[in-house]
Amino acid sequence: MEDRDFSFGMSEEQRTMKETVGRLAKSVVSDSTHDMDEKRAIPTEFIQKVWDLGATISAIPEEFGGYGMEYSPLMNTIILEELAFCDMSLAIAATLPSTFMFPILEMGTDEQKKKYIPLYCDATYKPCTVAINEPRFKFDAISLETKAEKKGNAYVLNGKKCFVPMAKDAGHMLVAANLDGAMNLFIVAKDNPGLKIGEREKNIGMYALETYGVTLENCEVPASDRLGGEQGCDYARFLQKSRTAISAIGTGISRASFEYARDYSKERQQFGEPIAFRQAIAFMIAEMAYEVDAMRLMTWKAASALEAGRDAKRESYLSKLYAGEMTMKITDYGVQILGGHGFIRDHPVERYYRNGRGIAVLEGMATV
Amino acid sequence: MINLEPTNKMNQVKGSMNGMAKGILRPIARKYDEQEHEAPKELDMFRSIKIMNRSKKKKEGEEKKADAPSGGGKKLGSNLAMVISIEEMCWGDLGLVLSLPNAGLGNAAIVAVATDEQFERFGSKWASMAITEPGSGSDSGSITATAKLDGNEWVLNGEKIFVTCADRCDIAVIWATVDKKAGKSGIKSFIVEKGTPGFSLDKLEHKLGIRASDTGTYVLQDCRIPKENILGSAEVKQTTEGFKGVMKTFDNTRPLVASMALGVSRAAIEFTKEKIEESGITLDYNANPNNCSSLEKEFYLMEANNEAMRLLTWRAAWMMDNGEFNNTEASMAKAKSGRYGTLICQKCCELLGPLGISCENLTEKWMRDVKICDIFEGTGQVQHLIVARNVLELSSKQLK
Repeated sequence: MEDRDFSFGMSEEQRTMKETVGRLAKSVVSDSTHDMDEKRAIPTEFIQKVWDLGATISAIPEEFGGYGMEYSPLMNTIILEELAFCDMSLAIAATLPSTFMFPILEMGTDEQKKKYIPLYCDATYKPCTVAINEPRFKFDAISLETKAEKKGNAYVLNGKKCFVPMAKDAGHMLVAANLDGAMNLFIVAKDNPGLKIGEREKNIGMYALETYGVTLENCEVPASDRLGGEQGCDYARFLQKSRTAISAIGTGISRASFEYARDYSKERQQFGEPIAFRQAIAFMIAEMAYEVDAMRLMTWKAASALEAGRDAKRESYLSKLYAGEMTMKITDYGVQILGGHGFIRDHPVERYYRNGRGIAVLEGMATV
Repeated sequence: MINLEPTNKMNQVKGSMNGMAKGILRPIARKYDEQEHEAPKELDMFRSIKIMNRSKKKKEGEEKKADAPSGGGKKLGSNLAMVISIEEMCWGDLGLVLSLPNAGLGNAAIVAVATDEQFERFGSKWASMAITEPGSGSDSGSITATAKLDGNEWVLNGEKIFVTCADRCDIAVIWATVDKKAGKSGIKSFIVEKGTPGFSLDKLEHKLGIRASDTGTYVLQDCRIPKENILGSAEVKQTTEGFKGVMKTFDNTRPLVASMALGVSRAAIEFTKEKIEESGITLDYNANPNNCSSLEKEFYLMEANNEAMRLLTWRAAWMMDNGEFNNTEASMAKAKSGRYGTLICQKCCELLGPLGISCENLTEKWMRDVKICDIFEGTGQVQHLIVARNVLELSSKQLK
């Protein structure tokens, strides 16, 4: 491995991408994030406009219909932070096809790549999704209760999943299941008779994102649809990438809460002066500022290891743990600084507070 | 392009400094904690090494050029190399690092602002820095020590406390005001040699931690020094540029203090990890933190915070190497590092139970030592104030 310069600075390309995504998300969504949340839906054209940017497609080789540009986990963290800064639901929805396609591209067999990637690597956004989380106490992505059993030339899946984004419309989903103690991913088609999409879930946050409970009942999957074929896949790597991605999303939400509270504290007058003039508020703002930066740097650190092709188990684990804790702290500060106004849904900080709770809990909802 | 994978060169620096810390500092850490005020003679060998030096190219009055890594080269910036080194050395022992000869804050000031002639005379001497007074701590603009020009000599009067290396140094950089009415712009610094009549060491403090480092009080009573011993210009300008210039020295040293907290807290984390693993628990960064034991989760959180401290510190140093203004980032690093370094060391003592309280191990000492990092060279609160003013774009009058 070539010894790259150690650097905290973005390249021209990275800076351009950051600015472009930030600008695009803002222009597309404008001031409708509140409406999206209230109406519990992301307009299809919003997702399409973000998809039009081509961030996912560009990293896919030309033979599968992509642009064959360099695949970069670092670039993906930058994109996710910007999207989540705008809206967490949008960030997850618009990058969902990457969450499905990137693992196939990295760990799938040639047959799997040829069969599935061209289906979704398209100018039109087509939903496909990932089912990792399970609705139970003590859920852990490394020891799943959804079981896979080999039966003849197929695997039979049984179990329950939750927080499966856009499951109702998704043509395919990657389902994580426990095969004799080893975690595996299976490609499951929408029309599989063993796959039952439940009711749309009602959750604390991300109202705009459709998520569903999914039940797998003797769901038979052809052996050829086990990700990576007979050897299975590098599930640990899959987790490392999703943990890094979730950290990036946490950074985005936290930054949104920080910036809103910062600006508000300069406007809001009490006792004859802006509340920002008081240390009690100003010190919270300072803490939010450096914790957002710390979260981002932890995410970049994990992404740097991934980018170098190195194992990022420790970095991605610590980064997600940190992002989970700090997102809760920062989004809480955001509401607190606005006081009673922060509790009212007219301001976005209450939404950041609800959405932010997901960072520590969720697994596998995005990837870099 | 962003890349936070340490280079080979960074790993080499880390490795060699760690070897030094392990071989020389760690073995005598407890000894000089117990024998407070005794000069660690084992450090005399560092006398000949110029830890703080100015580059040969640097000429008087010329801004220091950014030590930026050039296009193809894999050059390691000097500030980044410094924070990496300090972390490793402080992993060995913070009190001893503060006792390294010729590496005091006074030396940093001389390197930064001395004229060539002054550097010739004092560059190889060990210099302490005397700013704080009984009535002037964080508000260093309010110092009352005075300097009056009398013919070819400055006459200094006042009392200076909390001076690091007060006893062991050769010379002291003393801050005093030449014109009380001029406020901050009247504050200048002066080089006073040990043995100058009217200049005395009044007492040495007994401290919570970093006991290997001597902290003393200077008394100046009609102390006369040559006119040319003033650092920088003697002219009192209407602006506070001069004072700000001196305070800028602290932009450069704050990441160093942050890396001190980093080194001490990492030492505590590593010792705690060793004990956890000895008891048969594997720390493998795998299970959902909610399914880990409380001990494991606390441990992972300490490690995550330690990593966050390091990245904020390295960023501030890296920016300096690249010639970027880092006032906010330097304070962010120190605010985070000083506070969390302390919390981590306290937590390690807690997790270790009786082992954490006992003087058989160094953890209790690290908990005492690290506390200073949230205090000296700007308390955590002062750092928060600087960060807040910068991110809120408020003046010091608006946000007091």
